[in-house]
Amino acid sequence: MIALSDFLILGALLFSLSVAGIFINRKNIIILLMCIELMLLAVNLNFIAFAHFSGDIAGQVFVFFILTVAAAEAAIGLAILVVLFRNIHTINVADLDKLKG
Amino acid sequence: MFEVTNMAFALPEMFMLAMACVILLVVAFLGKTAAGPAYMLSQLTLAITMVLIYQSMGETAGLTFDGTYIKDIFSDILKLAICALNIVVLIYSTSYLKERGLFKGEYYVLAIFSTLGMMIMVSAYHFLTLYLGLELMSLCLYAMVAMHRDSAVATEAAMKYFILGAIASGILLYGMSIIYGATGSLALTTIADTIQAGGIDNTVLSFGLVFLIIGIGFKLGAVPFHMWLPDVYHGAPTAVTLFIATAPKIAAFAMAMRLLVDGLGDAHQYWQDMVIMLSVLSMIIGNVVAIAQTNLKRMLAYSTISHIGFILLGILSGSQEGYAAAMFYALVYSLMSLGGFGMIILMSRHGFEADNIDDFKGLSSRNPWYALMMLILMFSMAGIPPLVGFYAKLTVIKSVVDINLMSVAVVAVVMSVIGAYYYLRIIKVMYFDKAIQHEVLQAPVDMRVMFSVNALTVFVLGIFPGSLLALCASVFS
Repeated sequence: MIALSDFLILGALLFSLSVAGIFINRKNIIILLMCIELMLLAVNLNFIAFAHFSGDIAGQVFVFFILTVAAAEAAIGLAILVVLFRNIHTINVADLDKLKG
Repeated sequence: MFEVTNMAFALPEMFMLAMACVILLVVAFLGKTAAGPAYMLSQLTLAITMVLIYQSMGETAGLTFDGTYIKDIFSDILKLAICALNIVVLIYSTSYLKERGLFKGEYYVLAIFSTLGMMIMVSAYHFLTLYLGLELMSLCLYAMVAMHRDSAVATEAAMKYFILGAIASGILLYGMSIIYGATGSLALTTIADTIQAGGIDNTVLSFGLVFLIIGIGFKLGAVPFHMWLPDVYHGAPTAVTLFIATAPKIAAFAMAMRLLVDGLGDAHQYWQDMVIMLSVLSMIIGNVVAIAQTNLKRMLAYSTISHIGFILLGILSGSQEGYAAAMFYALVYSLMSLGGFGMIILMSRHGFEADNIDDFKGLSSRNPWYALMMLILMFSMAGIPPLVGFYAKLTVIKSVVDINLMSVAVVAVVMSVIGAYYYLRIIKVMYFDKAIQHEVLQAPVDMRVMFSVNALTVFVLGIFPGSLLALCASVFS
């Protein structure tokens, strides 16, 4: 039997992985978008685990909403990425340096 | 048990949603000529929504939609403020958008959907509704920042805003999931009851709270989660900066109040220290870094960060007076920020953004009336009596003195003195420096009148702050 803590540890690992990915990655904005998706999936795992072990359905319903919003978010993120590429011809994170001060 | 949903509590939101869909269709069918009708329809929608909110204001407060949605006097006042601010924002932004080829129907569709998101945030009483309102607002804002498609800085700002906003939502959700695990519920009423009853693991609760506070800090723009704010304010078209800097701050304040006070009010001892840290750091970094700025939009962004620090002072006090003071501060701040960014738009024209402090040199000799209005706004932001910014600062500082956090109060006072320096610099530049350029203002009449009304409201509220203070106090008594 898999215990609640196992799910939570996996969720925490995925979450830390995504945060580390966001802060260590200096190369590619698409990797940033992937890390954001991973972060939301880690949260989903947490919600499902808690919902399953407490017998409450609300947490699972929440996950459906998060998935839907994540899809909308990815659409907007990729749209901004396309516009950005048209303007500066690169998707390198380190090149986002015009705004400083 | 099955209770009948009281739809009337959400009538303003339903009306706004219906109208947002109508505006979307109008824009889709009219294409390039849609901007004018979309603008009129948006203003009409906001005005009628205000009437609907105002009509139901005296009626009973309560939960609806199975405990996920609340209508109380707090939400009514904040929603009225959000709609009123957005009406003025749309008036200010029209000429700016027209001059830069951005006067398109999409801007108004996004603005109305974003306003709907803010109203849902203000009324949310459940993690799910709160999250959906937040995302509806944020997703529209990301798209609005990116609307100037050919500008490299605007798209860069949009990308930064999007990534940091998405991280903030992710962290907030992680905190929500932990608190859901600790209390077994997503509804704020049940969470509050469970915490009050005791018997839950406080380690788990504070672990969740850390993430929740980081998420709130990101959305408000509190130090050390402020890095997106100056870049976005600077890079976005000024009309969008104006939109982001006013009503969404009220919505973020409402979110913080719902989560920390309504939901986790009994865990006050666990979050107070964290909020003190955010507040003190925001006041210090915001005020000190603002001194070094030469770009007015960037300077106002850092000033926003410091104002957020002051708003957090009221929340962390944990008293009813403190909450009322924070609410008063949030309303007053958004009014002043509306004027500040409005002034930049008023000064700008095609090919000239007027966002450098040097652009204001000698304004008093060119336009004494608008220089005077800007003087009122800057004095008010600095917190100089008898303007309304002074009462806002006074009440929040009083609320922390009342709970014997003297050191925090001293930091707040010292920082508001340091902050006065950069506001006074604008006034010095306007009144004592020689003008570099002599073009006359080209802003349309409706905007000029609205801007004067905006600044004079700050002045009049400063002389008669009593009614607004009493209104905020009555919400929490």
